[in-house]
Amino acid sequence: MFRPIAEAKASDGTRVAPVGFTFDGRAMTARAGDTVAAALLANGVQACRQTPVSGAPRGPYCMMGVCFECLVVIDGIGNRQGCLVPLRDGMRIQTQAGRRQPDEVQS
Amino acid sequence: MATHTSSSETDVVVVGGGVVGGAIALGLARSGARVTILDEGDVAFRASRGNFALVWVQSKGLGMPDYASWSRRSADQWHQLAGVLNEETGIDVAHSQPGGFMLCLSEDELEQRRQTMQRLHNQMSLADFPYEILDHDETKRRMPDIGKDVVGAVYSPLDGHVNSLKLFRALREATQRRGVAYRPNCTVDSITPRDGGFLLRGAFGEVAAAKVVLTAGLGNARLAPMVGLDAPVKPSKGQIIVTEKTAPFLHNPMVTIRQTDEGGVMIGDSQEDRGFDTVVRQPILSVMAERAVRMFPRLAGLNVVRSWSALRVMSPDGFPIYDQSETCPGAFVVTCHSGVTLAANHTLTLAPAILSGALPETLAAFSARRFHVPAHS
Amino acid sequence: MKTIAEIGLLAEQYDIAIVGAGPAGLSAAARAAELGLSVLLADENPAPGGQIYRAITTTPVTDRSVLGEDYWKGGALIARLERTDAVYAPGCTVWSVAPDEAGGFELGLSLGGQARLVAARQIILATGAQERPFPIPGWTLPGVMTAGAAQIVLKSSGLVPGGRTVIAGCGPLLYLLAGQLAAAGANIVAVLDTTPRRNWLAAIAAFPDFLRSPYLAKGLKLMTQARGKLPFRTGVTSLAAEGTDTVTGVKVTRGGATETIACDALLLHQGVIPGINLSNAAGCAQAFDAVQRCWTPTVDDWFASSIPGIAIAGDGAGIGGAESAALRGEIAALDAARRLGRLSEAERDEKAAPTRAGLARSLRGRRFLDLLYRPAEAFLAPPADETIVCRCEEVTAGQIRDTASRLGVTGPNQMKAFLRCGMGPCQGRLCGPTVVELIAQVHGVSPAETGYYRLRPPVKPITLGELAALPPTEFAVKAVVR
Repeated sequence: MFRPIAEAKASDGTRVAPVGFTFDGRAMTARAGDTVAAALLANGVQACRQTPVSGAPRGPYCMMGVCFECLVVIDGIGNRQGCLVPLRDGMRIQTQAGRRQPDEVQS
Repeated sequence: MATHTSSSETDVVVVGGGVVGGAIALGLARSGARVTILDEGDVAFRASRGNFALVWVQSKGLGMPDYASWSRRSADQWHQLAGVLNEETGIDVAHSQPGGFMLCLSEDELEQRRQTMQRLHNQMSLADFPYEILDHDETKRRMPDIGKDVVGAVYSPLDGHVNSLKLFRALREATQRRGVAYRPNCTVDSITPRDGGFLLRGAFGEVAAAKVVLTAGLGNARLAPMVGLDAPVKPSKGQIIVTEKTAPFLHNPMVTIRQTDEGGVMIGDSQEDRGFDTVVRQPILSVMAERAVRMFPRLAGLNVVRSWSALRVMSPDGFPIYDQSETCPGAFVVTCHSGVTLAANHTLTLAPAILSGALPETLAAFSARRFHVPAHS
Repeated sequence: MKTIAEIGLLAEQYDIAIVGAGPAGLSAAARAAELGLSVLLADENPAPGGQIYRAITTTPVTDRSVLGEDYWKGGALIARLERTDAVYAPGCTVWSVAPDEAGGFELGLSLGGQARLVAARQIILATGAQERPFPIPGWTLPGVMTAGAAQIVLKSSGLVPGGRTVIAGCGPLLYLLAGQLAAAGANIVAVLDTTPRRNWLAAIAAFPDFLRSPYLAKGLKLMTQARGKLPFRTGVTSLAAEGTDTVTGVKVTRGGATETIACDALLLHQGVIPGINLSNAAGCAQAFDAVQRCWTPTVDDWFASSIPGIAIAGDGAGIGGAESAALRGEIAALDAARRLGRLSEAERDEKAAPTRAGLARSLRGRRFLDLLYRPAEAFLAPPADETIVCRCEEVTAGQIRDTASRLGVTGPNQMKAFLRCGMGPCQGRLCGPTVVELIAQVHGVSPAETGYYRLRPPVKPITLGELAALPPTEFAVKAVVR
C-alpha cells in the first residue's frame, strides 16, 4: 500500500484531474503521469500477477523495467511491463494469471 | 566430481559430455562398463544446448537410405529411452510423438517437398515410412490456427519431439547415478594408443582406458586423426527464437515451429556457413519471425524472450559418422547433427555394440571411408 | 532538443546513438550535439533523468527538501540538452545493437509497439545501473521491493509506503532513501543494516582518500540525519521476509538473536551494479570487478569498449555515481567526435582535460565506499536452500548448489541449460550475479572463473510481429527458406 505525500498538482499549482481506470473490473483512479505499476501501488494493489511456474503471487519489485514482476494485462494485451507503461484514462488492467492466454495476444 | 581416474577405474573414456556423449555413456554404464566422460567447460560450442529438440524421421535419408532406417529405429525406441530416463532419474523429458508437419508457404515449396519425399521413398519400401501431402484445407482441419498463406504441408505420424534440455540433464543425472565419472574443464590435447588401450592427456593430467569414444561434436575433427579415424565435420550455424510462455495451442511439432512443454514457442531454423561465428543476426531472426507469423498469425502478439545461435555438426554429406578405427581398434568416433533423434539408438543399441568391440552391421554405411572412395553409381 | 513520439519520425541514420537518458546519456548527447553531430538519445522511460534524476521534469514532489539538493542538480543536464538539436526518443526500447555492413552499427528500436532499425556511426551505451539482487527467503512476496523502487515511486508519483515500513541492507542509497522517505512522512519502523563489521578492516586503507572526497560531507550528513531520527539496527547477519500472499514481517538475526518485526512493506538494497545486458549482447568484453563485486564491461580511458565504435559511459561501465556518470558521458562523447573526425586528437584531449580533473575528484573516495558496503557472503550466495534465486523460473539456491556440485556444472550457461535459471523474461538480470556466486562458492573459485551468462538480442521484449515486420535481406531469406 502506498499513499500520496501531497495532493497532486501541476507545475503551475493547479489541481490535476485524476485518471480513471479499472483493475480486474474494479474502478480506480490515479494521478495523471503515473505508470500503470505506480497507479496500482497507489490503489493498494500489491500482487498484480501469478507466476507461470508455480502460480505464486507477485507484485512490482524494481519499478525500473529490469525485473519483469509487474507484468499485467493491459487493454487485452498480456505480459506488459506495468512500470514502463504510462497510465491512460479508461485503461482496462487485469491480473496476469500465469502464462499468457491465447486471447491475450491480439495486438 | 571425480578428481582423478586411473586406468584401473575406467573401461571407456567418452570424450565430449553433450547429448551424444551422455547417451552413449549411459548405455555403456547400463551394460556394466566403468566410464569416464571428459568434457569442456561452461563456454563451448555445445550443440546440445542450442538444438531444436525434434525427434524427426520424415525427410531424412535422401542419398543414404540407411540413415532413414536408423532414424526410424531411434524414433521407434524413443519411448523406451524416455522410460529408462524416468526410471533412472525421475525426470520426465516430455517426449511425445504426435506426428509432425512441414508447412509450406508457397506452391513451389510444397512441390519441392513433394518431390523430395518421392525421391526419398523411391529408395525404400513406402509402407514403412508413412507420410501424407496435405493441401491447405486438410492442414487447417488438423491445425485450425494456421494462416491463409499456408498452402499445404507434409505430415508424418512418425515425428515427435522432446524437451532437449531436460534430456540433456536427465542424461547427466542418470550417468552420475550410474557411477560415470564426469570431468568438466578437461580439454583433451592428445590420445595415444598404449598397452592395447589409450592414454588421453591434457592440462587436466592423463586418463587411460581400454576404449575411447569420441563424441566431441565439432571437436571430433581434431581428435579423430589421433587414433586413425576421420571426422571431417564442419559447423553449420542455426538461429532460434523463443517466445514467452503461452497456453498450449500447438499440439504437433513442425520443422520450424514447436511449442515446448513449458509453454514457450521455439522458432527456427536458419542454416548458414559462417565458420565458428555464433553472433545472432537480426535479419535472420526477422525472416524466421515473418514466416512463423504467416504460418500462425496469432504468434504475432507474443513477446520474444530469447534468441540464440548454435553450430550444427555437419559432415560433408550431412549424414552421421560411426566408425571404429582400423589401425587402433577400440577407438570409436560418433558424430551427427541429430543427437536428440538418435539418442535412443545411442543408448540402447550403439553403446552395447561399442562395449562388445564391433559396430553393428547396420552402421557400415556410416563409416567416414565413404568420403575417401570415388562414388560409384 | 527534438522529442520524437513516433518511430517513423526517426532519421535513417545518426552520427551518434546514445542509449539511456540518465546523467551519462544526457551529457554525452548534449556534448555531441554541441559539437555539431547528429544525435539520437533513446530511452525506455517516459521522461528523461534516468533513475537518479528520475522524473526530474515531471515530479509532483514540490517540497525540494524531501528529495534533497543533489536530485535537483539533474535539471541543469536536461536544460543543457534542450538547447541543442539532439533528437530524444522517450518510451523507446533499444533491443539490439549490432555492426552493420557500412562499418557502423544498426540499432534495433521499439517505440509505440512498432520496431525499426536505425543506423548510427558511433554508439554510446549509457544504460546505467540496476540494484544488486538481494536473494533472501521470501523476497518474491508482494510488498517486498527494492529501495530504489520506493525511491522511483516517490520521485515520479509522490507516493510513499503507507504502512509499517522496514528498510534493510547496506550502501549509501539505502541511507539516502531512508532519509527521503522519513522526510516524506513514511512510517519507518526499522532500518536493518547488513554492513559486515569486518568490512571496516578492508576499507580503512582507502579512508584517507575518502576524507578528501565529495562523499564525505554528504555521507556524514546522510548518516547523522538518518541515524538520529530512524530506528537503526546494525550487525544484521540474516534476513527473511515472512508472509503468505504478501509480506507481513521480516525475520532478523543480529548478534546471534533472532526476532520478527511486523511490517507492511520491506525495502531491500545492497548496492548497485552495472546494467550489462545490452553491452554483453552486443559482444563487448567484460570482466569481474573484485572490488565492486560485479561483472563490468571492459573500457579504456575514453570509455571505449572492446568493440571499436561502442563506448560505455556512466554506471553501466562500473559504479561511480551520478556526478561521475555525467563527466564520463562527456568524455565518451568527445572521443566519439574524434572517431568521427569532428575533433583532432589534440582538440579532444584539450577539451577533456578539465572534465578528467573533475572525474578524478568525483571518484575519490569511491573505493572506500565499495569496500565498506560490500555485501556479506550470506547475502550474495544465500545459505538457505529454499531461497529463490531465479525469480522468473523459480529456481532455488539449493537446486543450483546441488547441480553445481553433483552434476559438475562449472558455469552459469550450463546451469541455465539444466535448471532454466536466466531463461525468463528478465534475462538473468535478477539471478545472474547470484548464480555465479553460488557456482563459484561450490567450486571454491572466484566468480571471475565461472564466467557470466552469454546474452543475445533482443535484450528487451519485442513481439514476434514487430520482429517479423522488419525488412528482410536477401542473404537472410536464403538462410531460412530452403
